[in-house]
Amino acid sequence: MSFVQLLIDATALGALLALVAMGIALVFGVMRLVNFAYGELITIGAFTLVLTKGWPIVLRVLAAFVVVIASSLLMEVIFRPLRRATAATMLVATFALSFLLQNMFLFIFGPQGETIEFLAPLNRAIEIGDLRIRWITIIAIALGAVLLGFMSWLLGKTSVGLQMRAAAADFTTARILGVRAGRVIMLAFVLSGFLAAAVTLVLAVQRPLATPNYGFVVLVPALVGVVVGGLGKLVPATLGGFAIGFATVVLGDLLPSGSRVFLNSVLFAIVIIVLLVRPDGLFTGRTGVAERV
Amino acid sequence: MRALRRWWPLVGPSLLVIAVALGGQFLPLSTQLQVRSVLVTTVIVVALYVFVGNSGVISFGQVSFVAVGAFAAGLAAAPADVKPTTFPKLIPFLAELEIGNIESLVLAAAVGGLFAFIVGIPLMRLSGLSAGIATFAVLIITNNVLRNWEAIGPGAKTLSLIPQTTFFIQATTGLLIVMAVAYVYQTSRYGRRLRATREDAAAAQSSGIDVHRERLWAFTLSGVLGGFAGGLLVHQLGSITTQQVFLDLAFITLAMLVVGGIGSLWGAVVGALTIAGLNAFLAEAQRGITIGSFDLELPGGTRLLTLGVVMLVVVLFKPTGVTGSRELTWPFSRSRFPQPASPSEPLGSSPGEGAGRSEVEGVDPSATEQ
Repeated sequence: MSFVQLLIDATALGALLALVAMGIALVFGVMRLVNFAYGELITIGAFTLVLTKGWPIVLRVLAAFVVVIASSLLMEVIFRPLRRATAATMLVATFALSFLLQNMFLFIFGPQGETIEFLAPLNRAIEIGDLRIRWITIIAIALGAVLLGFMSWLLGKTSVGLQMRAAAADFTTARILGVRAGRVIMLAFVLSGFLAAAVTLVLAVQRPLATPNYGFVVLVPALVGVVVGGLGKLVPATLGGFAIGFATVVLGDLLPSGSRVFLNSVLFAIVIIVLLVRPDGLFTGRTGVAERV
Repeated sequence: MRALRRWWPLVGPSLLVIAVALGGQFLPLSTQLQVRSVLVTTVIVVALYVFVGNSGVISFGQVSFVAVGAFAAGLAAAPADVKPTTFPKLIPFLAELEIGNIESLVLAAAVGGLFAFIVGIPLMRLSGLSAGIATFAVLIITNNVLRNWEAIGPGAKTLSLIPQTTFFIQATTGLLIVMAVAYVYQTSRYGRRLRATREDAAAAQSSGIDVHRERLWAFTLSGVLGGFAGGLLVHQLGSITTQQVFLDLAFITLAMLVVGGIGSLWGAVVGALTIAGLNAFLAEAQRGITIGSFDLELPGGTRLLTLGVVMLVVVLFKPTGVTGSRELTWPFSRSRFPQPASPSEPLGSSPGEGAGRSEVEGVDPSATEQ
């Protein structure tokens, strides 16, 4: 595999995980809640596409967005009792929801899953020299760039964005200064649902089989990326998601083929080292309060 | 009487465990199997509690010590005449080894403890979610290595033909030992120092407590107990794959601990017995059982759905767990109300980690002598 090809593939996975990471970080920012059930939003999106097979593409896309964002809002309602809970409780609660939803999908759709049949022709590749780039790869990168740009505009230039950043920095003070907590939290869930739906659409093309753990397998690396990047802040968390996706592809290529089965070990050993050296996150600058003891 | 009262937080849960184990003897044979599995799961949860409950640091990694213990015991105890053929790549030392039941349990505990100690030295410097993710990484690496490095692990194959020795006596005794160790630890000066760091790490540190060292102690002890639990598990199942001691087990045991009450031994025992018991009951119910004159047969899949709902509801509406994260109180005290919680309670708890987790049996002098 040529170097450029490798970079493109790594960027594509990085962009996708960056979107997932941002969805996790948005909610964490305003609620201090690490949502393990976030992956299930992606799974819900995938099964929405399964159930709308045969509809016009526009309607399927629309349905996915509506259902996923609605589910995200529903999660907000479910998690309301947790606003003052401890970190451990929150973590286990979101995990319990994730567990419940996965088993619900298992119950309804069975372990084999269902084919999604969504825009499969986008998997065709265009060849430039010895490069083979699938359309969906280009779309993933473009979508990642557009959505990250949109989010940074929303958060940086608008009033609601300012409120969200204020809430993420210091929720109590933000409330005292007139930021409406309920609205900001709800908005965070809407935006993270929106990102989950976008991720679903890309994934649905790349991985056309919807299984009960469809979203969970994407969530885990993204979540690790979020913590490695720096959980408290949006940009570092997003970069962390990108980094983990990028590193997965690059490491997979660098490792000799005999030891490629140990990819996870190498990747997670790096994660541990990064956490030990920079417990506040890789991309947070030197401002954070070190959590080491 | 006074001694009994002092040790009640250990004696009470132990009596419950014995009652459950004895009660299991009257059930049909297939159900006895489930009871044993409930007891072994409880051992794992108590081992997890020793670190997570006392330190307040979330760890997904304790199951890696269960896994290491399980495979150490399993590989060492499996018959030496079949190992070289089923696992050709196994290093000769392991392939030729064949040890008895007690030795293999000791080996499991030792290996689990050693692994936890080595991993803990760097990792115990982390707190909060970084610690959670780092221990999660340990679990992933452990699984990845056991699954792929066939010189020391079973690979993707099932490790089978392990002597099944974890019957009623061994499961119960094992659990009682682990509970006793957990209780003695948490009331020792080491345990109390660690609990102080849980309530307020900065204050504990400024009182001269070495947070890293105390956490490392607990992490290692938890590794010893986890390894031992793994040994019990492998001798209960008779055969095991790496996927059985991986993410699912890590999450479900953590959920059991939180459902019961993360900060108390009583919580760990109650949470594990309740959720594992419910799990076992529903598994049986899916196959069809008769209660009195009432035939019950649940459709497949109900088990996991019900578990999910129960876990979610308890965590959402009773975040300190069904026991409120308190130890079992002496039932015969004169006051209608349980003993007052320690004096610092009204100020101390709330927003941070320690809500409602104070000691019930009063302050031990050794806790303040630091």
